[in-house]
Amino acid sequence: MSCCKKLSEGAEAKFAELDAFIATLGVDRNDERRRGRLIQVLHKAQQIFGYLPREVQQHVACKLFLTEAQVSGVVSFYNYFTTEPKGKYCVDVCMGTACYVKGSEKVLSELERVLGIKADTHPTEDGLFSISALRCVGACGLAPVMMVNGKVYGKVTPAKAVEIVNEYKKQG
Amino acid sequence: MKTVNLTINGKAVTVPANYTILDAAKQLNINIPTLCYCAHLGSDEINKPASCRVCVVEVEKRRNLAPACATPVMEGMVVHTNSQRALKARRTVVELMLSDHPQECLTCPKNQYCELQKLAVEFGIREIEYKGEINKFPVDCSSNAIMRDLSKCVMCRRCEAVCSKVQTVGTLTGYGRGFKAKVGTASMIPLADTSCTFCGQCVNVCPVGAITGISYVKKVWAAINDPTKTVIVQTAPAVRVAVGQEFGFAPGVPVTGKMVAGLRALGFDKVFDTNFSADLTIMEEGNEIVERIKSGKNLPILTSCCPGWINFIEHNYPDLLHIPSSCKSPQQMFGAIAKSFYAEKIGVKPEDLIVVSVMPCQAKKYEAARPEFAPNGVRDVDYVVTTRELCRMFKEAGVNLANMDDEEYDSPLGASAGAADIFGVTGGVLEAACRSVYFMLNGKELEGEAINFHEVRGLAGIKEAQVAIAPGKTINVAVCSGLGNARKVLDMVRQDPNRFQAIEIMACPGGCINGGGQPFLHGDAGLLEKRMKGLYSEDERKVIRCSHNNPDIQALYKEYLGTPGSEKAHHLLHTKYHSK
Repeated sequence: MSCCKKLSEGAEAKFAELDAFIATLGVDRNDERRRGRLIQVLHKAQQIFGYLPREVQQHVACKLFLTEAQVSGVVSFYNYFTTEPKGKYCVDVCMGTACYVKGSEKVLSELERVLGIKADTHPTEDGLFSISALRCVGACGLAPVMMVNGKVYGKVTPAKAVEIVNEYKKQG
Repeated sequence: MKTVNLTINGKAVTVPANYTILDAAKQLNINIPTLCYCAHLGSDEINKPASCRVCVVEVEKRRNLAPACATPVMEGMVVHTNSQRALKARRTVVELMLSDHPQECLTCPKNQYCELQKLAVEFGIREIEYKGEINKFPVDCSSNAIMRDLSKCVMCRRCEAVCSKVQTVGTLTGYGRGFKAKVGTASMIPLADTSCTFCGQCVNVCPVGAITGISYVKKVWAAINDPTKTVIVQTAPAVRVAVGQEFGFAPGVPVTGKMVAGLRALGFDKVFDTNFSADLTIMEEGNEIVERIKSGKNLPILTSCCPGWINFIEHNYPDLLHIPSSCKSPQQMFGAIAKSFYAEKIGVKPEDLIVVSVMPCQAKKYEAARPEFAPNGVRDVDYVVTTRELCRMFKEAGVNLANMDDEEYDSPLGASAGAADIFGVTGGVLEAACRSVYFMLNGKELEGEAINFHEVRGLAGIKEAQVAIAPGKTINVAVCSGLGNARKVLDMVRQDPNRFQAIEIMACPGGCINGGGQPFLHGDAGLLEKRMKGLYSEDERKVIRCSHNNPDIQALYKEYLGTPGSEKAHHLLHTKYHSK
């Protein structure tokens, strides 16, 4: 299997960090549990790279003695894993039941309109923002809820959401 | 063995404790419909994800319906396979599947061979109550062998199981989740860019039209009807024992002469035999085996007639690419000889001579399109059609093999020894080679029963044996079929290169008789056995059993090639392998 061959320029340090993590797991070719390690390794990889492009998936497959298809199948199954890069600021809009009935869909479509991108696709051209639609974040009392890089904003309206995003835009 | 007593539809039965309800019902000849369930031939692998729910049955004292394929039997179990509740659930399941299935049965390549269609017929489905979104995925025709139309996928995952567990190729995976889930490749890249070997076992097990072969039938008709072209056809060994299945012959019965007559009736100018070039392969490969055994170098020698297996080694074992025989496959040897020797003989330019192959195989389509097999841009083999596609051509042209009289192959590329017939079954190539290697080493023929190498016959996945190549001298050989078994044997070779001196490998479990282009077996190992017996009967029927005694082969060397391994033979009949 021809993996582990090409690494993007400047990504060596990231791959090295991932390899160091995988090394602590002590996985070998005959380890039946290596498939069970996959999700753990993918979490780490996404934390390091921000997303899971094909190159990273191939690398993980090689290190865990799995096929690329096995890795790709898992990545495609879980919403949490993304194969698209994220913006500097990840804007998450909760689409859970409570937030939804309180109008989070309008918040989401206003953000998509203002930023000119669709949720769960590519980031804005300047690389600053990406939008994700999430399921319940467990803050239903504050519905509708949005988050920016994990910071929670409650009781947002479409107008308020745009204000919040503009604040981050100023910071650059 | 521990056994269990249970009752199915009021009939008591005692079965081994490891049986499922489906196994037990079979013992009683009670039919429970299935869809995702599939016993993969040539392995212990049984696909039973219990995901389709077509086989649900009612079990007394159990709240929900049980999938028969995956529910183990239990002492005292009382099962009803055709209660109203079970029938209704099955019908609903199939209706739901059909509600997200393109209603294109009339034009689907699997029309009348589709297991979902069969269920719809059996259940008498006349309308689909459920209306809603229908998945429309792009069709992947990136390769020149296998086409994937995922809009038709029912997620039984048989293809994924045969690819990753039986063949250990691992190209396919469940991709995505929920309604949009499908069986895909890594990152949904085109099949042509994956490590797919094009063995076609996924085509054989797909119950619907989601995975089919890419068809060149239209191009073959166009060539036959082009007056400026001379169109010749070659037929692979395994085709003759499978093609009859579609015309009411008993399974495995060879219909060689009728097939030849049928091909003539289709309009081919000459009907030749891949068996001829199988004999030629034995001359070249036998010579190579003798040389390698004498020099002790590059052993073990691996057979190279199977293009699926060659793709597999190119993808997975780049460190071993020096040990397969350098011989082209019989298909490509035929093409090379046809476009040189034969074209010259009849005074036709190679580009005006169209070579069509009838193969039991999908990978042969890939092989024929390899750039190294198109000298000066003219392909040695122009079009490949599978056994299934040939049956369709016969039917399209109103040719019923049952009504044909036997005819003989044309000369000079049609005669063959019995050794060539058995190329179509696992073990056959090695046996054919041994018959001639014995002669090449000793200058005398094997006598009587010694010509039958029973130790390498049979459908076992891996066979190890010692075979006699000279009086008092044996070599260690291995024969394997199925790429999962090939992987095991190649790992043995990596560990101990001296363990074997010669190895035969076929990509499909059982060999070409179970190839990805053969009439469907639907998991019936008995049919495979019958095809095997059919090929051995063809071998025994012939007066000439050894490739080196084929008079047309002897004439070809005398007139054109010189000796096996000559410069001309090397140029035309040998190739190189590339790491992928």
